[in-house]
Amino acid sequence: MHELSLCEGIIDAVTRQARQQGFGRVRRVWLEIGALANVELEALRFAFEIVRRDTMAAEAELDIITLPGRAWCLDCAEPVAVNQYFDPCPRCGGYQWRLTGGNEMRIKEMEVD
Amino acid sequence: MCSTCGCGESDLLVHPHDHTHDHPHEHDHGIVSHGHAGEGRRLAVEQDILARNAEFAAANRRLFAQGGVFVLNLVSSPGSGKTTLLARTVRALAGEFPVAVIGGDQQTAHDAERIRAAGAPAVQINTGKGCHLDAHGVGHALEGLPLPESGVLFIENVGNLVCPADFDLGEAGKVVVLSVTEGEDKPLKYPNMFAASWLMLLNKTDLLPHVEFDVARCLDYARRVNPDIEILQLSARTGDGMEAWLDWVRRGQRAALAQQVDRLEADLAAARARLARTGG
Repeated sequence: MHELSLCEGIIDAVTRQARQQGFGRVRRVWLEIGALANVELEALRFAFEIVRRDTMAAEAELDIITLPGRAWCLDCAEPVAVNQYFDPCPRCGGYQWRLTGGNEMRIKEMEVD
Repeated sequence: MCSTCGCGESDLLVHPHDHTHDHPHEHDHGIVSHGHAGEGRRLAVEQDILARNAEFAAANRRLFAQGGVFVLNLVSSPGSGKTTLLARTVRALAGEFPVAVIGGDQQTAHDAERIRAAGAPAVQINTGKGCHLDAHGVGHALEGLPLPESGVLFIENVGNLVCPADFDLGEAGKVVVLSVTEGEDKPLKYPNMFAASWLMLLNKTDLLPHVEFDVARCLDYARRVNPDIEILQLSARTGDGMEAWLDWVRRGQRAALAQQVDRLEADLAAARARLARTGG
């Protein structure tokens, strides 16, 4: 249940930045979460509703943008798409690939007033 | 209020801090289309969710580098034998170089007592309901522990194969401990942890005759998830296979020491150059 910790980080970052820029309320937060990131999206949404309470993001909506898993297959010498760490390369069926994207956990943007 | 990082005792959310990352810039654009045309202003944040933890981890890492400390973050399920492994490791290595242990558990100081009995300073972080250690907590634990300069610090994480994968503590690398009494498919069930680890220790190999555990299949699963992972098999109880693990730790300690020497020599050369310039 480290989604609670992740949400504390999210609420801390967005409320601090909104306050620094003189805004009073965070209305919406956009996250980018990679398909292979170590996070359960339903748990994240649940935790967000708890952690946002009594902050300037108390009514903030959460939008999650999922980013695809991308890898470089060493055997094919080609970029390939992956959905899990244990997926075989969709071209050659091997496992000699390195992740190049899809484990992101980023706060992309927010709407404030 | 903590004097080092400014944290309050209980409120993680109002935790004033200097930080090194960029502040957001205001801009107007419409590339994110979600249908709810808001009245408010759009601000780009573009910040990693774990940015705060990364700052604390970087501070820990600087401290470790200054002291030439080789730091390992040990992760596993509960009951994999981490503490038995560490107690035996401490007994073997404490005479060779300084060794210290930070342990994380939800409750009790039992593990730290076992490590101290084995001959190394140890502090326990009780995470309470928390499911992982974070870099901030480790930074505070270091205040209560002599830094094992030019030696090795083991951080024994909370027994949990999910959450600790995400939290950099400032370590050189993660070591995942898996025991043969667990399922051989754990690398597939918890791929993020095995993908994040440098080394996998397959523990309790003395029990292999008594359990159904396909070692070859387990190692294959681990390498599917992480083609670069190193794997050692041992029994912390009987000591079988321990020497290869101890040598692995010794190599890491020597590498950290060599980096410290390089850094000190560079500092010395810079100081000598300043002296030569000012000496006339």
